[in-house]
Amino acid sequence: MTLLAVSDLTKRYRRGGKTIAAVDGVSFAVEPGETLALAGPSGSGKSTIARLVLRLIEPDAGNIQFEGDDFLTLNGAALRARRAHLQMVFQDPLAAFNPRATVARVLDDPLRIHAIASRAERPARIAALLERVGLTADLAPRAIHEISGGQRQRVAIARAIATNPSLIVLDEAVSALDVSVRGQILELLLDLQARERIAYLFISHDLGVVRAIAHRVVLLDAGRIAESGDARAVIDAPQSAIGKALVAAAPRLNRSSRQVP
Amino acid sequence: MTAQAEIRDLSVHYRRDGAEVTALDSISLDVVAGERLAIIGESGSGKSTLALAIAGLLPGSAKVEGRIGWQFQAPRSFPPPSVLPDISPARGEIGNTAIGSSTSKIGEGRDESVISPLAGEMSGRTEGGVTERRTSAIGGPRQPLPGRDIGFVFQDPSASLDPVMAVGKQIAEVAHTHLGLDWPQAYARAKHLLERVRLPDPASAIRAFPHQLSGGQKQRVAIAAAIAAEPKLLIADEATSALDTIVQAEIVALIRQLVIEDGMTLLFISHDIALAAELAERIAVFRYGGLVEIGATAQIVNAPRQDYTRALLDAHLGLDASPLLRRTPA
Amino acid sequence: MSPLNRLLRRPEAVAGAFILAVLFAMALSASLLFPSDPQAIAGPALLPSFQDWSLPLGTDRLGRDVLAELFHGARTSLAVGLAAATAALFIGAVVGTLAGFAGGLVDEVLMRITDAFQTVPSFLLALAFVSVVGPSLGIVVAAIALGAWTGPARVARAEVLSIRERDYVAGARVIGMHPMAIAFREVLPNALPPVLALSSVIVAAAILTEAALSFLGLGDPNRVTWGGMIAEGRTVLRTAPFLSIVPGIALVLTVLGIYLAGEGVVETTAVRRSLS
Repeated sequence: MTLLAVSDLTKRYRRGGKTIAAVDGVSFAVEPGETLALAGPSGSGKSTIARLVLRLIEPDAGNIQFEGDDFLTLNGAALRARRAHLQMVFQDPLAAFNPRATVARVLDDPLRIHAIASRAERPARIAALLERVGLTADLAPRAIHEISGGQRQRVAIARAIATNPSLIVLDEAVSALDVSVRGQILELLLDLQARERIAYLFISHDLGVVRAIAHRVVLLDAGRIAESGDARAVIDAPQSAIGKALVAAAPRLNRSSRQVP
Repeated sequence: MTAQAEIRDLSVHYRRDGAEVTALDSISLDVVAGERLAIIGESGSGKSTLALAIAGLLPGSAKVEGRIGWQFQAPRSFPPPSVLPDISPARGEIGNTAIGSSTSKIGEGRDESVISPLAGEMSGRTEGGVTERRTSAIGGPRQPLPGRDIGFVFQDPSASLDPVMAVGKQIAEVAHTHLGLDWPQAYARAKHLLERVRLPDPASAIRAFPHQLSGGQKQRVAIAAAIAAEPKLLIADEATSALDTIVQAEIVALIRQLVIEDGMTLLFISHDIALAAELAERIAVFRYGGLVEIGATAQIVNAPRQDYTRALLDAHLGLDASPLLRRTPA
Repeated sequence: MSPLNRLLRRPEAVAGAFILAVLFAMALSASLLFPSDPQAIAGPALLPSFQDWSLPLGTDRLGRDVLAELFHGARTSLAVGLAAATAALFIGAVVGTLAGFAGGLVDEVLMRITDAFQTVPSFLLALAFVSVVGPSLGIVVAAIALGAWTGPARVARAEVLSIRERDYVAGARVIGMHPMAIAFREVLPNALPPVLALSSVIVAAAILTEAALSFLGLGDPNRVTWGGMIAEGRTVLRTAPFLSIVPGIALVLTVLGIYLAGEGVVETTAVRRSLS
């Protein structure tokens, strides 16, 4: 069964009397356990799609089917309950948390809201979550602003997996990280996917990262789909103008003596 | 080869919540006149602090030790720098100071009494050396003037441009202030510069305000303002990091072209080793406030001497990297 | 360096804190030092200050001890000032948060109500309210709060409008948090600092409003107030000016002290924020 099916999704903005379609009739599907990347230059609509899929903003037209249900007709308590299955990780892990929060509180919230664990069980659950993302339980009482950027993004992933979601939207989730940390976070995401069959909607402007971890890719340009298909096939031989431009613009190292891993 | 700037034993400390944090720890390197030098490193490596220190833009609260010798007037020849140009003992004598031994490193708490406002002035210590902040002991007889001798392009053009001033005026102001042009001449120069940075329709763009431009266009304007006074040294501090890949490639190409045409020295600060390798002739790798290694781009990319450099190269996910995803048959 | 140390480095803040400390000491020690009813007759009428050391500041027209009245008056002023400001900040923060966070019709309705309150001069509003409902301490507090909550509401709304666009609010929605919990647990605490910065001005204004109401005879008749003392002294202003001057100086010093201390706190927190 298709996990997420988006069809003819459209979102328009009015700016200075003109109506601009940020997302214009976009359709795609995500299967359970797969990574679909949405890639494109800035202004291509990829982050708007992420927010539409999460119902953080409402579309002007189109359909979103999630886990077989019409996701756009869910409201109130039913929507909040279903959100347990559809999580998100933001680009800037510092902005994604309440500046007053501690690690424990960040992880306690989803467990409490979705009644996943009783008050007495929650500290143990929080410790287990931290270990699942490669952190130690002694991090729990620390304030979010005290820990490193890489640790913060791991906490963000821990929060996202706390409710056992079937799909996580990763909105430029590794773009703000140092390259050494980025590799570790990508490994963690792949590891979680392999173990728990979580699907990812991976939003990125970086084709190198997309090629490294996505199964399929949708290339967007000005709110429309330019091309889509197997991530490696599309990026290795792009057909669309924007695909060719993105590939041409990617910085290359041209190392003559590659290290063999 | 002439050194544009000779950096010797440069240390920069910030005070944060009563503790002293070392942002740069005893850095020595030469910036060669006319070269394109990339400074790369991850967050906390001190690369931006180095850029600010060279441009003289550090906040007043920063404690600076060591020297930067400038060469902005009559060229004076130096022996060609070795691959690691900081190990020339003859030059080391000129302004040697005891650095590092008496200041704490990141994370150590400090006694409140040590950090008096005078600490910056008293950092000369006892070993007979003279500590001056940005002296011109070597070569150039005068201090560089930010904006005049050094152009600086920041990461976020929306923050570095004045939101309520037309972009033409912002560029013309630099030319008016530093080159002594009258306003009509300064505006003519602004228009010419907007053409050079290939802003579409420069005649009308000169009256545009920053919010009317895209991110890439704003960065073009910021570059035009940075080079308006014909500086000898252009510093680009993560100037393309806020832009998407396509615009980034355009801005890098523009910087390369302008630097070559005007014979400027370029200091390109970046976290992206691949981007740096495409633009720079030499690369300096920084980590934790220290210089890991410096060398020609081909040497750094193909034969790095340090494990950290190799790790950075391996972490780069290019379009030819082997995918991390091991596919299971569907 | 602790925030307290930083605060104590500012001379104006130290002066303000000192005045406030004296004021609190007066209010707290009033019933210890002057256990008898301050409105009872203590000696001959209109005794000048510094004549009889058992009545150091002298007596008023009815022979009441001015010093005792001053101490008990400090109590009323502080109680009314703090209670009214707390009420105003609370109402303002809640209204502002709801308006800013909910947006749309809720925002429109709440902000038009705020406009309506703001267009009526707050003193006139308090005057009308007390004359209709009748003077008592609680009513005076309510009357003052009624005219003072609009400022905090506007500041809170402006702050909430910017905070609700932040990623962490989106993050709270994504994990399924209830909108009310988001508004009051996630947004409001982070919107509070600029609202609280208003508190010194509001406390000072509330103390002045209370004094003015008492001056006009609309204060709680069962309590000594500085405003009431000034009004009392007014009738004998030529013969015994100290009866008006003493509570007048107390009032000026109090407002000045609150303002200076408040300003000092705002400045030090502003410095700390800009450092971090």
